[in-house]
Amino acid sequence: MDKEKMSRWLKGEISPLDESMIKDLSHPNNKPEEDPFLEPHKLEVRTYKRFSRWMHRSGGVHFQHAYLVVAIVLTFVLIGVLIAVSLDLPCFGNAVSLTDDELSTYYVEEGLHHTGAPNIVSGIIMEFRGFDTLGESHVLFIAVSMVIMLLYVPPTERIIAKADTVERHFEPTHDEVLRHGAKLLVPFIVVFAINILLNGHISPGGGFSGGAILGAAFMIMLEAFGPAPLDRYISFKVLRRLMTCALSFYAISKGYVFMTGANGIPNGIGTGTFGRLFSGGLLLPLNVAVGMVVACTMSVMYALLRRKGEL
Amino acid sequence: MEALMILLLLFIIVCAVSVSFTRDLLTSIIIFMAMSTALCVVWVLLSSPDLAITEAAVGAGVTTMLIFVALKRIHAIKAQKERDNG
Repeated sequence: MDKEKMSRWLKGEISPLDESMIKDLSHPNNKPEEDPFLEPHKLEVRTYKRFSRWMHRSGGVHFQHAYLVVAIVLTFVLIGVLIAVSLDLPCFGNAVSLTDDELSTYYVEEGLHHTGAPNIVSGIIMEFRGFDTLGESHVLFIAVSMVIMLLYVPPTERIIAKADTVERHFEPTHDEVLRHGAKLLVPFIVVFAINILLNGHISPGGGFSGGAILGAAFMIMLEAFGPAPLDRYISFKVLRRLMTCALSFYAISKGYVFMTGANGIPNGIGTGTFGRLFSGGLLLPLNVAVGMVVACTMSVMYALLRRKGEL
Repeated sequence: MEALMILLLLFIIVCAVSVSFTRDLLTSIIIFMAMSTALCVVWVLLSSPDLAITEAAVGAGVTTMLIFVALKRIHAIKAQKERDNG
Protein backbone atom coordinates (compact mmCIF):
# COMPACT_ATOMS: atom_id res chain seq x y z
CA MET A 1 0.00 0.00 0.00
CA ASP A 2 1.57 3.32 -0.97
CA LYS A 3 1.64 6.44 1.18
CA GLU A 4 -1.19 8.21 -0.58
CA LYS A 5 -3.63 5.40 0.05
CA MET A 6 -2.45 5.16 3.64
CA SER A 7 -3.04 8.87 4.31
CA ARG A 8 -6.44 8.70 2.68
CA TRP A 9 -7.33 5.74 4.87
CA LEU A 10 -6.12 7.54 7.97
CA LYS A 11 -8.21 10.60 7.16
CA GLY A 12 -11.23 8.39 6.70
CA GLU A 13 -11.89 8.99 3.04
CA ILE A 14 -11.76 5.33 2.10
CA SER A 15 -12.78 2.45 4.29
CA PRO A 16 -10.16 -0.17 5.22
CA LEU A 17 -12.01 -2.86 3.27
CA ASP A 18 -12.02 -0.82 0.11
CA GLU A 19 -12.77 -2.84 -3.02
CA SER A 20 -9.78 -1.36 -4.80
CA MET A 21 -7.46 -3.11 -2.35
CA ILE A 22 -8.98 -6.58 -2.65
CA LYS A 23 -8.37 -8.47 -5.84
CA ASP A 24 -11.51 -10.11 -7.09
CA LEU A 25 -10.29 -13.53 -8.20
CA SER A 26 -13.48 -14.48 -9.98
CA HIS A 27 -12.95 -11.67 -12.48
CA PRO A 28 -11.29 -13.12 -15.63
CA ASN A 29 -8.64 -10.39 -15.83
CA ASN A 30 -7.32 -10.89 -12.30
CA LYS A 31 -5.04 -13.89 -12.19
CA PRO A 32 -3.79 -15.12 -8.84
CA GLU A 33 -0.20 -14.19 -8.12
CA GLU A 34 2.48 -16.71 -8.95
CA ASP A 35 3.44 -18.71 -5.93
CA PRO A 36 7.25 -18.78 -5.93
CA PHE A 37 7.25 -21.99 -3.93
CA LEU A 38 5.55 -23.83 -6.76
CA GLU A 39 8.55 -23.30 -9.04
CA PRO A 40 11.45 -24.13 -6.74
CA HIS A 41 14.25 -23.87 -9.27
CA LYS A 42 13.32 -20.27 -10.06
CA LEU A 43 13.32 -19.33 -6.40
CA GLU A 44 16.73 -20.83 -5.76
CA VAL A 45 18.36 -19.22 -8.78
CA ARG A 46 16.93 -15.79 -8.02
CA THR A 47 17.90 -15.89 -4.35
CA TYR A 48 21.33 -17.27 -5.08
CA LYS A 49 22.07 -14.58 -7.67
CA ARG A 50 21.05 -11.84 -5.26
CA PHE A 51 23.08 -13.39 -2.47
CA SER A 52 26.24 -13.89 -4.53
CA ARG A 53 26.08 -10.33 -5.82
CA TRP A 54 25.92 -9.06 -2.21
CA MET A 55 28.72 -11.36 -1.15
CA HIS A 56 31.18 -10.23 -3.80
CA ARG A 57 30.30 -6.57 -3.56
CA SER A 58 30.39 -5.81 0.14
CA GLY A 59 33.06 -8.22 1.35
CA GLY A 60 30.58 -10.77 2.51
CA VAL A 61 33.25 -13.45 2.52
CA HIS A 62 35.00 -11.91 5.52
CA PHE A 63 31.71 -11.68 7.31
CA GLN A 64 31.09 -15.36 6.70
CA HIS A 65 34.48 -16.40 8.09
CA ALA A 66 34.11 -14.17 11.15
CA TYR A 67 30.59 -15.47 11.73
CA LEU A 68 31.80 -19.08 11.63
CA VAL A 69 34.62 -18.47 14.09
CA VAL A 70 32.47 -16.54 16.55
CA ALA A 71 29.74 -19.18 16.37
CA ILE A 72 32.13 -22.03 17.19
CA VAL A 73 33.76 -20.10 20.06
CA LEU A 74 30.38 -19.15 21.53
CA THR A 75 29.17 -22.76 21.36
CA PHE A 76 32.18 -24.04 23.26
CA VAL A 77 31.88 -21.28 25.86
CA LEU A 78 28.22 -22.18 26.38
CA ILE A 79 29.03 -25.89 26.70
CA GLY A 80 31.73 -25.08 29.26
CA VAL A 81 29.42 -22.90 31.34
CA LEU A 82 26.63 -25.50 31.38
CA ILE A 83 28.97 -28.33 32.38
CA ALA A 84 30.52 -26.22 35.14
CA VAL A 85 27.10 -25.35 36.55
CA SER A 86 25.83 -28.92 36.41
CA LEU A 87 28.89 -30.21 38.28
CA ASP A 88 28.05 -27.77 41.06
CA LEU A 89 24.57 -29.14 41.73
CA PRO A 90 24.03 -31.59 44.63
CA CYS A 91 24.16 -35.31 43.85
CA PHE A 92 21.16 -37.21 42.63
CA GLY A 93 19.15 -38.55 45.57
CA ASN A 94 21.01 -36.48 48.13
CA ALA A 95 19.11 -36.73 51.41
CA VAL A 96 20.61 -33.51 52.82
CA SER A 97 19.02 -31.28 50.21
CA LEU A 98 15.55 -32.33 51.34
CA THR A 99 16.03 -31.03 54.87
CA ASP A 100 18.06 -28.02 53.74
CA ASP A 101 15.64 -26.68 51.18
CA GLU A 102 12.49 -25.27 52.76
CA LEU A 103 10.52 -25.08 49.56
CA SER A 104 10.88 -28.69 48.44
CA THR A 105 10.23 -29.88 52.01
CA TYR A 106 6.99 -27.93 52.03
CA TYR A 107 5.98 -29.30 48.64
CA VAL A 108 6.64 -32.91 49.62
CA GLU A 109 4.97 -32.71 53.04
CA GLU A 110 2.05 -30.41 52.38
CA GLY A 111 1.45 -31.19 48.73
CA LEU A 112 -1.07 -33.95 49.17
CA HIS A 113 -2.99 -32.15 51.88
CA HIS A 114 -3.10 -28.86 50.01
CA THR A 115 -3.98 -30.05 46.53
CA GLY A 116 -5.53 -33.46 47.06
CA ALA A 117 -3.61 -34.99 44.18
CA PRO A 118 -1.50 -38.15 44.62
CA ASN A 119 0.59 -37.13 41.60
CA ILE A 120 2.63 -34.39 43.19
CA VAL A 121 4.08 -33.14 39.91
CA SER A 122 0.62 -32.38 38.56
CA GLY A 123 -0.29 -30.71 41.82
CA ILE A 124 2.78 -28.49 41.69
CA ILE A 125 2.39 -27.37 38.10
CA MET A 126 -1.32 -26.73 38.41
CA GLU A 127 -1.67 -25.40 41.95
CA PHE A 128 1.56 -24.18 43.50
CA ARG A 129 2.98 -22.93 40.19
CA GLY A 130 -0.33 -22.24 38.50
CA PHE A 131 0.81 -18.91 37.05
CA ASP A 132 3.47 -20.57 34.92
CA THR A 133 1.04 -23.08 33.44
CA LEU A 134 -1.44 -20.30 32.74
CA GLY A 135 1.18 -18.34 30.82
CA GLU A 136 2.27 -21.47 28.98
CA SER A 137 -1.22 -22.20 27.67
CA HIS A 138 -1.51 -18.62 26.50
CA VAL A 139 1.80 -18.89 24.66
CA LEU A 140 0.56 -21.99 22.84
CA PHE A 141 -2.61 -20.17 21.84
CA ILE A 142 -0.68 -17.14 20.56
CA ALA A 143 1.65 -19.37 18.56
CA VAL A 144 -1.18 -21.14 16.79
CA SER A 145 -2.95 -17.83 16.14
CA MET A 146 0.18 -16.55 14.42
CA VAL A 147 0.43 -19.69 12.31
CA ILE A 148 -3.21 -19.35 11.27
CA MET A 149 -2.71 -15.71 10.41
CA LEU A 150 0.28 -16.49 8.22
CA LEU A 151 -0.78 -19.69 6.54
CA TYR A 152 -4.55 -19.96 6.40
CA VAL A 153 -6.15 -19.47 3.00
CA PRO A 154 -9.92 -18.92 3.16
CA PRO A 155 -12.01 -21.21 0.94
CA THR A 156 -12.83 -18.49 -1.59
CA GLU A 157 -9.22 -17.98 -2.60
CA ARG A 158 -7.93 -21.49 -3.03
CA ILE A 159 -6.33 -22.82 -6.17
CA ILE A 160 -7.11 -26.45 -5.62
CA ALA A 161 -6.08 -27.92 -8.97
CA LYS A 162 -2.54 -26.59 -8.87
CA ALA A 163 -1.91 -27.68 -5.28
CA ASP A 164 -2.98 -31.24 -6.03
CA THR A 165 -0.67 -31.75 -9.00
CA VAL A 166 2.39 -30.66 -7.06
CA GLU A 167 1.59 -32.91 -4.10
CA ARG A 168 0.96 -36.00 -6.18
CA HIS A 169 4.38 -35.74 -7.78
CA PHE A 170 6.26 -37.16 -4.84
CA GLU A 171 3.96 -39.38 -2.84
CA PRO A 172 1.19 -41.90 -3.35
CA THR A 173 -2.27 -40.82 -2.35
CA HIS A 174 -3.71 -44.16 -1.31
CA ASP A 175 -1.15 -45.89 0.87
CA GLU A 176 -2.77 -49.18 1.86
CA VAL A 177 -0.51 -49.93 4.78
CA LEU A 178 -1.07 -46.51 6.28
CA ARG A 179 -4.83 -46.65 5.84
CA HIS A 180 -5.33 -50.06 7.39
CA GLY A 181 -2.87 -49.32 10.16
CA ALA A 182 -4.62 -46.05 10.93
CA LYS A 183 -8.03 -47.74 10.97
CA LEU A 184 -6.77 -50.25 13.52
CA LEU A 185 -4.65 -47.99 15.69
CA VAL A 186 -6.42 -44.66 16.00
CA PRO A 187 -9.22 -45.83 18.35
CA PHE A 188 -6.63 -47.21 20.78
CA ILE A 189 -4.57 -44.05 20.58
CA VAL A 190 -7.56 -41.84 21.32
CA VAL A 191 -8.65 -43.98 24.27
CA PHE A 192 -5.09 -43.98 25.63
CA ALA A 193 -4.92 -40.19 25.30
CA ILE A 194 -8.23 -39.74 27.14
CA ASN A 195 -7.01 -42.07 29.90
CA ILE A 196 -3.84 -40.04 30.39
CA LEU A 197 -5.81 -36.79 30.34
CA LEU A 198 -8.42 -37.81 32.88
CA ASN A 199 -5.98 -39.52 35.25
CA GLY A 200 -3.54 -36.62 35.27
CA HIS A 201 -3.80 -36.04 38.99
CA ILE A 202 -3.60 -39.71 40.02
CA SER A 203 -1.05 -41.30 37.71
CA PRO A 204 1.71 -39.81 35.58
CA GLY A 205 0.55 -37.82 32.64
CA GLY A 206 -1.57 -34.74 32.75
CA GLY A 207 -2.74 -32.18 30.27
CA PHE A 208 0.31 -31.74 28.07
CA SER A 209 1.05 -35.39 27.38
CA GLY A 210 -2.58 -36.29 26.77
CA GLY A 211 -3.05 -33.35 24.45
CA ALA A 212 0.07 -34.19 22.46
CA ILE A 213 -1.10 -37.77 21.98
CA LEU A 214 -4.53 -36.58 20.83
CA GLY A 215 -2.84 -34.26 18.36
CA ALA A 216 -0.75 -37.18 17.09
CA ALA A 217 -3.92 -39.22 16.53
CA PHE A 218 -5.35 -36.40 14.45
CA MET A 219 -2.15 -36.28 12.42
CA ILE A 220 -2.33 -39.97 11.57
CA MET A 221 -5.95 -39.62 10.49
CA LEU A 222 -5.11 -36.65 8.30
CA GLU A 223 -2.23 -38.47 6.64
CA ALA A 224 -4.15 -41.67 6.00
CA PHE A 225 -7.49 -40.39 4.80
CA GLY A 226 -7.04 -36.82 3.61
CA PRO A 227 -8.96 -33.78 4.80
CA ALA A 228 -12.39 -34.61 3.35
CA PRO A 229 -13.58 -37.32 5.78
CA LEU A 230 -12.32 -35.35 8.78
CA ASP A 231 -14.10 -32.20 7.71
CA ARG A 232 -17.49 -33.54 8.79
CA TYR A 233 -16.68 -33.61 12.51
CA ILE A 234 -13.35 -31.92 13.13
CA SER A 235 -13.50 -28.89 10.85
CA PHE A 236 -11.58 -25.69 11.29
CA LYS A 237 -14.51 -23.95 12.95
CA VAL A 238 -14.83 -26.71 15.56
CA LEU A 239 -11.13 -26.66 16.42
CA ARG A 240 -11.07 -22.88 16.72
CA ARG A 241 -14.07 -22.76 19.02
CA LEU A 242 -12.83 -25.65 21.12
CA MET A 243 -9.47 -23.99 21.66
CA THR A 244 -11.02 -20.64 22.56
CA CYS A 245 -13.54 -22.15 24.97
CA ALA A 246 -10.91 -24.28 26.69
CA LEU A 247 -8.51 -21.39 27.18
CA SER A 248 -11.27 -19.04 28.41
CA PHE A 249 -12.45 -21.64 30.92
CA TYR A 250 -8.90 -22.10 32.15
CA ALA A 251 -8.28 -18.36 32.49
CA ILE A 252 -11.58 -17.63 34.24
CA SER A 253 -11.37 -20.45 36.76
CA LYS A 254 -7.72 -19.82 37.56
CA GLY A 255 -8.47 -16.10 37.84
CA TYR A 256 -11.16 -16.84 40.38
CA VAL A 257 -8.79 -19.04 42.39
CA PHE A 258 -6.04 -16.41 42.32
CA MET A 259 -8.37 -13.57 43.34
CA THR A 260 -9.85 -15.42 46.30
CA GLY A 261 -6.46 -16.74 47.34
CA ALA A 262 -4.75 -13.36 47.24
CA ASN A 263 -7.44 -11.71 49.36
CA GLY A 264 -7.60 -14.52 51.92
CA ILE A 265 -11.18 -15.51 51.10
CA PRO A 266 -11.75 -19.28 51.03
CA ASN A 267 -12.87 -20.43 47.60
CA GLY A 268 -15.56 -23.02 47.46
CA ILE A 269 -13.39 -25.76 45.91
CA GLY A 270 -12.43 -28.65 48.11
CA THR A 271 -9.78 -31.29 47.68
CA GLY A 272 -11.95 -34.38 47.67
CA THR A 273 -11.03 -37.88 48.80
CA PHE A 274 -7.64 -39.31 48.02
CA GLY A 275 -7.25 -41.27 44.81
CA ARG A 276 -10.70 -40.97 43.31
CA LEU A 277 -11.29 -39.68 39.81
CA PHE A 278 -13.27 -36.59 40.85
CA SER A 279 -10.85 -35.28 43.42
CA GLY A 280 -8.12 -32.74 43.66
CA GLY A 281 -10.35 -29.71 43.28
CA LEU A 282 -10.00 -28.02 39.93
CA LEU A 283 -7.23 -30.29 38.68
CA LEU A 284 -9.36 -32.52 36.48
CA PRO A 285 -11.14 -29.76 34.49
CA LEU A 286 -7.91 -27.80 34.14
CA ASN A 287 -6.08 -30.84 32.81
CA VAL A 288 -8.82 -31.39 30.24
CA ALA A 289 -8.70 -27.71 29.20
CA VAL A 290 -4.92 -27.73 28.77
CA GLY A 291 -5.13 -30.99 26.84
CA MET A 292 -7.67 -29.51 24.45
CA VAL A 293 -5.49 -26.46 23.82
CA VAL A 294 -2.41 -28.57 23.12
CA ALA A 295 -4.28 -31.02 20.86
CA CYS A 296 -5.84 -28.23 18.81
CA THR A 297 -2.46 -26.50 18.52
CA MET A 298 -0.75 -29.58 17.11
CA SER A 299 -3.61 -30.46 14.78
CA VAL A 300 -4.06 -26.99 13.33
CA MET A 301 -0.34 -26.42 12.77
CA TYR A 302 0.12 -29.78 11.09
CA ALA A 303 -2.93 -29.48 8.87
CA LEU A 304 -2.08 -25.94 7.74
CA LEU A 305 1.49 -26.88 6.85
CA ARG A 306 0.52 -30.12 5.17
CA ARG A 307 -2.35 -29.01 3.03
CA LYS A 308 -1.01 -25.65 1.87
CA GLY A 309 -3.37 -23.46 3.82
CA GLU A 310 -6.45 -25.61 3.78
CA LEU A 311 -7.90 -27.41 6.71
CA MET B 1 21.96 -49.36 35.32
CA GLU B 2 24.96 -47.05 35.40
CA ALA B 3 26.36 -48.57 32.22
CA LEU B 4 23.03 -48.17 30.45
CA MET B 5 22.80 -44.55 31.55
CA ILE B 6 26.33 -43.75 30.35
CA LEU B 7 25.68 -45.50 27.04
CA LEU B 8 22.48 -43.56 26.47
CA LEU B 9 24.07 -40.23 27.33
CA LEU B 10 26.94 -40.90 24.93
CA PHE B 11 24.42 -41.76 22.24
CA ILE B 12 22.58 -38.51 22.86
CA ILE B 13 25.79 -36.46 22.64
CA VAL B 14 26.83 -38.16 19.40
CA CYS B 15 23.38 -37.60 17.90
CA ALA B 16 23.28 -33.96 18.92
CA VAL B 17 26.66 -33.27 17.36
CA SER B 18 25.97 -35.18 14.17
CA VAL B 19 22.71 -33.33 13.50
CA SER B 20 24.75 -30.29 12.51
CA PHE B 21 27.27 -32.21 10.47
CA THR B 22 25.07 -34.08 8.01
CA ARG B 23 24.45 -32.65 4.58
CA ASP B 24 21.01 -34.04 3.98
CA LEU B 25 18.17 -32.42 5.90
CA LEU B 26 16.13 -35.59 5.98
CA THR B 27 18.95 -37.42 7.76
CA SER B 28 19.25 -34.75 10.41
CA ILE B 29 15.52 -34.90 11.16
CA ILE B 30 15.70 -38.66 11.71
CA ILE B 31 18.77 -38.32 13.94
CA PHE B 32 16.89 -35.72 15.97
CA MET B 33 14.01 -38.16 16.40
CA ALA B 34 16.39 -40.90 17.58
CA MET B 35 17.92 -38.49 20.09
CA SER B 36 14.45 -37.72 21.46
CA THR B 37 13.71 -41.41 21.91
CA ALA B 38 16.96 -42.02 23.79
CA LEU B 39 16.24 -38.97 25.96
CA CYS B 40 12.85 -40.48 26.80
CA VAL B 41 14.56 -43.62 28.14
CA VAL B 42 16.92 -41.41 30.18
CA TRP B 43 13.92 -39.74 31.82
CA VAL B 44 12.56 -43.17 32.79
CA LEU B 45 15.89 -44.11 34.36
CA LEU B 46 15.79 -40.86 36.37
CA SER B 47 12.34 -41.84 37.74
CA SER B 48 10.21 -39.11 36.12
CA PRO B 49 7.39 -40.81 34.18
CA ASP B 50 5.60 -37.51 33.43
CA LEU B 51 8.57 -36.26 31.50
CA ALA B 52 9.00 -39.60 29.75
CA ILE B 53 5.45 -39.65 28.43
CA THR B 54 5.65 -36.04 27.33
CA GLU B 55 9.04 -36.51 25.67
CA ALA B 56 7.86 -39.58 23.79
CA ALA B 57 4.68 -37.90 22.58
CA VAL B 58 6.13 -34.50 21.80
CA GLY B 59 9.77 -35.11 20.91
CA ALA B 60 9.69 -38.40 19.09
CA GLY B 61 6.29 -37.77 17.57
CA VAL B 62 4.85 -34.35 17.03
CA THR B 63 7.91 -32.07 16.85
CA THR B 64 9.72 -34.24 14.32
CA MET B 65 6.65 -34.50 12.09
CA LEU B 66 6.07 -30.75 12.26
CA ILE B 67 9.68 -29.99 11.30
CA PHE B 68 9.49 -32.51 8.47
CA VAL B 69 6.29 -31.06 7.08
CA ALA B 70 7.58 -27.49 7.35
CA LEU B 71 10.76 -28.39 5.48
CA LYS B 72 8.76 -30.22 2.85
CA ARG B 73 6.61 -27.14 2.34
CA ILE B 74 9.62 -25.04 1.34
CA HIS B 75 10.96 -27.86 -0.85
CA ALA B 76 14.12 -28.29 1.19
CA ILE B 77 13.85 -32.09 1.16
CA LYS B 78 14.88 -33.64 -2.12
CA ALA B 79 13.03 -36.60 -3.58
CA GLN B 80 14.75 -39.96 -3.75
CA LYS B 81 15.59 -39.63 -7.48
CA GLU B 82 17.39 -36.32 -6.99
CA ARG B 83 19.32 -37.72 -4.08
CA ASP B 84 20.44 -40.71 -6.16
CA ASN B 85 21.51 -38.56 -9.10
CA GLY B 86 23.05 -35.60 -7.28
